[in-house]
Amino acid sequence: MAKVLMKGNEAIGEAAIRAGCKNYFAYPITPQSEVAEYLAKRLPEVGGVFLQGESEVAVGYMIFGAAGAGERVMTTSSSPGISLMSEAISYIAGAQVPAVFVNIMRGGPGLGGILPSQGDYFQATKGGGHGDYHLLVLAPDGVQEAVEMTMNAFTLAEKYRGPVMIMGDGLIGQMMEPVEFPDTLKTEPSNKDDWATSGMDHRKSDKRNLVKSLFLDPTELNNNNLALKAKYDQMKREEVLYEGYNTDTDYTVLIVSYGTMSRVCKTAIDMMKEQGIEVGLLRPKTLFPFPEKPVFDAATKESCKHVISIEMSMGQMVEDVERSVKGRREVDFYGECGGDIPTPEKIIQVIKALL
Amino acid sequence: MQTEIKFAGFGGQGILLSAKLLAYAAMKQGFFVAWVPSYGPEMRGGTAYCTVVIGDKRIGSPIIKNPSHLVAMNRPSLEKFANDVKPGGVILINSSLIPTRSGREDIIELIVPANDSAIAVGSVKAANIIALSAFAAKTKIVDLELLKDCVKAEFAAKAKIIPLNMKAFDEGVNIANKS
Amino acid sequence: MGKAFSKPVSLSDTMTHYCPGCTHGIVHRLVAEAIDDLGIQGKTVGIAPVGCAVLAYNYFNCDFQEAAHGRAPAMATGIKRVRPDLIVFTYQGDGDLASIGMGEIIHAANRGEKFTTIFINNAIYGMTGGQMAPTTMPGQRATTAPTGRDTELTGMPIRMANLLKELVTPGYVTRQAVLNPKQINRTKKAIKKAFEYQVEGKCFSFVEVISTCPTNWGLTPLDALTWAQDTLLPYYELGDYKIPE
Repeated sequence: MAKVLMKGNEAIGEAAIRAGCKNYFAYPITPQSEVAEYLAKRLPEVGGVFLQGESEVAVGYMIFGAAGAGERVMTTSSSPGISLMSEAISYIAGAQVPAVFVNIMRGGPGLGGILPSQGDYFQATKGGGHGDYHLLVLAPDGVQEAVEMTMNAFTLAEKYRGPVMIMGDGLIGQMMEPVEFPDTLKTEPSNKDDWATSGMDHRKSDKRNLVKSLFLDPTELNNNNLALKAKYDQMKREEVLYEGYNTDTDYTVLIVSYGTMSRVCKTAIDMMKEQGIEVGLLRPKTLFPFPEKPVFDAATKESCKHVISIEMSMGQMVEDVERSVKGRREVDFYGECGGDIPTPEKIIQVIKALL
Repeated sequence: MQTEIKFAGFGGQGILLSAKLLAYAAMKQGFFVAWVPSYGPEMRGGTAYCTVVIGDKRIGSPIIKNPSHLVAMNRPSLEKFANDVKPGGVILINSSLIPTRSGREDIIELIVPANDSAIAVGSVKAANIIALSAFAAKTKIVDLELLKDCVKAEFAAKAKIIPLNMKAFDEGVNIANKS
Repeated sequence: MGKAFSKPVSLSDTMTHYCPGCTHGIVHRLVAEAIDDLGIQGKTVGIAPVGCAVLAYNYFNCDFQEAAHGRAPAMATGIKRVRPDLIVFTYQGDGDLASIGMGEIIHAANRGEKFTTIFINNAIYGMTGGQMAPTTMPGQRATTAPTGRDTELTGMPIRMANLLKELVTPGYVTRQAVLNPKQINRTKKAIKKAFEYQVEGKCFSFVEVISTCPTNWGLTPLDALTWAQDTLLPYYELGDYKIPE
C-alpha cells in the first residue's frame, strides 16, 4: 500500500480496523479526540460498533463487557481519562480478557495541561489500578510505529489474554507523518471458546463460561495471581523490544529515552557526533516488560562513563534504568514536563555538563 | 539535508491546510516529512501555527525552535516568529494584513498581498493557497505541478471550488515570480 | 400424572449463600423460569453486581460476567453492542444501581440499550452489613444511620422506576414485589415481558422488585414481609411505569 500522510490519532484508529478490531468505545478528551472522530465515521463503513460512552468509567466496563464476550475491542484516552479507566483495567487484568487501551499522554497531575507529556509512566508500568497486575506497555516514537504497535497490540492482548497499552503522547497523536499500513492481521482470536461469554449456543457447548475477577477462596485467588505472574514472566522472556542508536561507537554517555523524547535525543546525538562527541541511545519500545538486560549491557560497555534517563516527566523511567544498571554506573536524570518538549540544543547542554 | 517551514496566522486562515498540502507534496516527491501542529483551546480566531519538516532521512526531533522559513499570515505571527528564522531563509509576509516588515537583513522577504489577491480571484478564503504557491515558487522546496495536484486532490470532494483554488495557485506563483 | 414442579434448567443445582427469608432466591427462580420459557439459555449472558448477588453467577446456568460495583449496565452495553444476538441481563441491588451506578443505569436506559435490568430494592445495603442505601426509608435504621435516616441530611429515598420513566427514550419500566404469591406471579409476568422486549429487540427493560432483607432489618422473615408491605409499598407504588409503544 502507498504511503499516506496521517495524524497519529487517525492512524491509530485506522490501524485498529486493519487489525480486525471493529469495536470501539470512548469518551472525548484532548489531545486524542480525533481517534473517536475518525472511528465515528469509519467504523459504520466497515459494519463496526462505535459508541461514545457517558464517562471513562463506563467506557472501561464497555470494553470489559465486549472483551469478555470474546470480541476485539479498543478504547483511546488521555491521562485523566486513563485514571478513570484504571478501575476497569484492574478488573480486566484480573478476569484475564484481552483489550487494547491507548493513552495519548498529556501533562498532569490533576487536570494538568493538554500538551505532550510522559508523566504516566508509573501509572502504566507499575499499576494505576489496584492489585497485582501489569499492562504490557508499548511506546511508539512516531506515527508509523504507532500504527504497527496498535496492530500488534491485539495479537499480544490475545496471546496473553490481558490488557495491552499503547503509550503515545500529545505530539504523536497530533502530528502527521507518512504511514504505510502493514497487511491485515488474522481476524479471529484462536482460543476464545475456552473462556468468552459468547453464549453456549454460539460455541455449541453445554458448558457455560464465566468472566470474573472475584476469588473469595485464598488458594484460588493466589492461583489466579500466580497465573498472572507467569504471564508477566513470559512477557519478560519473549516480548522485550528496544532500539539502539549510535551504540556501535565508543560512546561515553548512554541516554535512555523513549517515545517523542527519544527522537529529540537522536537529533542531539547526531549534532554532538559532528562535534566529535559520541553518545549512545537505548530506546525502550516496551516499557513493560522493560529492557533490563539491554540497558545493563549498554550501560556497562567499557567506554560508557555516564548513564542518563531523559524523559518528559520529573523522573519516572529513571527508576527502572537505575534498577537495570544495578549500581554499575551512576544514573542521572533530565526531564521537563510542562508541555514544552526539550530541544536538541537543551539536551546537548545537559550532556556536556555531564562530561 | 533538512528544511523546516513554519506557517502561522489566525485560526481559520487555513494555516494547517497549507502546511499539510506542502507536507503531502514533499512526501509524494519522496522526502521524509512531519507536520507538527500547535494544538490548544483556541479553535477560532486565536493564533495557529504549524511546522512542516522535510528531510532526506528520517526526521529526528520534530520540535523546531529555529525554522528555515516562515509563512506569516498575520501581524502577531510575524512579530512572534520573525527572529527565529535561520539566516538565509524566506519570510513570506501577507501584506494585506501586515503593514510592517521583519526588520531582518539576513533573510529574504517575500511580500504577498494574499487576502487582496484572493479577493481578486474570487474569494478571500483562497488566501492560504496564494501564500502556499507563492512560497513554494520562491523556495522551490517541492515541484510546483505536484503541489498543484495535491491542492486539486484536497478539494476533490468540493469540485465547485477547484477552479477558484487553481486560479489562486497560479496567482501565487505569478506574484512570487514577479517579486 | 405429569411432573408438577421442577428446578428451572437455567438455575444451577447449588446451595445459595442467601440468608433465611431473603427474597433473592425467589427472583433468581423467576429470572431462570423466564429464560427457560423463552428458550434463550444458550444465548443468555448475565451480569452479576457487587452486593449480595455478587455470587449470582454460581446460581444461574448460563454464561456470566461479574462487574465492578455499579458498572453492570456499562458492561451489558459493551456485550450487547458487539453481540446484539445475545440476551443480556444485569441483576443489581439498590446500592449498586441507585448509588454508585446511577450514572451507568441512567445513560444505558437513555440510550435505549436493548438489555434487561433486574433491580432488587430492599432499602438497605445487605452484603456490607446494613448500611444506609439511597432507597432506605425516612427514619429507617441502618448501621450508618443509627437513629434512623434523617432526610434533612440525606434527602428522600430514590424511586428508580419513577426516575427512569421520565426519560424520553422508549423503554419498559415496571415496579413489582415478591411479598406474597399474587405479587410473585405478577413479577414473573413482568420479568418474562422484560426479556420478551429484549428478544424482540424492542427496548431497554427494567424490572424493580421490592424485596426484603430480614437480617439487616432485624426482623423475622414473616415480619419483614409485613414491614415491607406496610412501609415500602406506600412509597414505592407497584405497577407499570412505562410501556413501549
